[in-house]
Amino acid sequence: MELFAEGIREAAGLIVSGDALVWDAAWRSLWISVLAVLLAGLVGVACGLGLALVRFPGRALLIALARAGMNAPTVLIGLLGYGLLSRRGPLGGLELLYTPWAIVLGEFVLALPIIVTWTQGSIRKLDPRVFETAITLGLGAWRRVLVYLSEARLAISLAFLTAFARCFTELGIAMMLGGNIKERSRTLATATALETSRGDFARGMAMSLLLLGIGIAVTLALSLLNARRREEER
Amino acid sequence: MRLLLVPALLVASFVFAACGESGDEAGRLVLATTTSTRDSGLLDRLLPIFEEETGCRVDVVAVGTGAALELGRNGDADIVLVHARDAEDAFMAEGHATRHEEFMVNHFVILGPEEDPAGIRGQDAAEAFRLMADAGATFVSRGDDSGTHEKEKSLRALAGLEECWPELLESAQPMGATLLMADEMGAYTLCDSGTWLSRRSKLRLVALVASGAGLRNPYAVMPVSAEKHPSARTDLAEKLAEFLISKRAQEMIRAYRIEGERLFTPTRLEERGN
Repeated sequence: MELFAEGIREAAGLIVSGDALVWDAAWRSLWISVLAVLLAGLVGVACGLGLALVRFPGRALLIALARAGMNAPTVLIGLLGYGLLSRRGPLGGLELLYTPWAIVLGEFVLALPIIVTWTQGSIRKLDPRVFETAITLGLGAWRRVLVYLSEARLAISLAFLTAFARCFTELGIAMMLGGNIKERSRTLATATALETSRGDFARGMAMSLLLLGIGIAVTLALSLLNARRREEER
Repeated sequence: MRLLLVPALLVASFVFAACGESGDEAGRLVLATTTSTRDSGLLDRLLPIFEEETGCRVDVVAVGTGAALELGRNGDADIVLVHARDAEDAFMAEGHATRHEEFMVNHFVILGPEEDPAGIRGQDAAEAFRLMADAGATFVSRGDDSGTHEKEKSLRALAGLEECWPELLESAQPMGATLLMADEMGAYTLCDSGTWLSRRSKLRLVALVASGAGLRNPYAVMPVSAEKHPSARTDLAEKLAEFLISKRAQEMIRAYRIEGERLFTPTRLEERGN
């Protein structure tokens, strides 16, 4: 119990004193995961729609692959990314390894299957009358898709939140592809792992509490935003 | 369309923020080193001076000695700083590095509980391992091919122990966490003096074997060869190696202390006429 008390005290200290290294890592964690999720969202929603609305050979296989992809261990994504971005690898010339951009790439791969699966599933699960109505109204293809997305928005926004939660707290990818370089690629999760491996459990606890706190704050903020929009629509 | 505006603005602002991160510099050098080196805090003292002198940025990736050498073998590091002589010799023999510069040394200590059930206090290092094996004492090994693990294996071989004894546990964790495990279990462990000095105030472990030639722990730096790995920045890496053996860096190493204790002894001062 002493450890918890010490961790909470230390967390409060870190926040109050504005420890530059901690906030630097927190900010990096945030922008990397938000960027990765938004990019995965652009690609993932499009793929999910395609898988839900267009019939083509191999569709079932692709859906199964996307679902299976949600199980990909982050260390495996990290290792694959390393093989790809290593100077010996096919993308070595880009010199992305051990930069925040490498983490964005890895987290994009982590988030993509979640968003594809949930978009596809939620569109498939829509009331058949939505499709009928949209067609009866004579809407163009683009407008029809917007209607479907709007009807499925709760499930899709939950997919975004799930993807964000996984990326923001993710350790394996950030460690392998970012390298945990101070002031360059250190995220809050790798900083936590570092303090814990050094044996400084109180500081590790403080940082993971901060990680939890920021994650909850972002989730709450997005939920509030959603709730307010629904109010306006009424 | 209003729906799309928010994400679009977010992306724009994040890309903007992210671009600020990369910055512009004369070059970027990836230094692969060991966790114990990073945790000592010495590099945070030395590297900013090198960065200022050359305008080149040094990114420190800290992993175990085995992994650090592997990064060098793959050309993903431009320079490696490790402490495992046999593994370093193999690295040189394979032609991955242009040179091998030993530049500082500390030593290993064998730590254990105050009661010292195996009776190793003050013994020779190899003899201590034989006593621990005979007594079936709990020993927490790193088990991760780190420099410390390599040293432990060579001490066990020196003691004529061909196999691990059942009470030898592999933590597969960095030094700091391994120390805590040994502390909690009342076990023995092997540790570099730098990590030990910076951690001992929080531990009940005591140093039982702390001297002897068998416990010497030299650190060396090796620039990765551009002949072998065309993308390696050998010229900058050579400059960093030169810097580490320069009088200025060597004196800083000598002056570096934690809680009043010197962590490393420079090895290149005398040959430069000091």
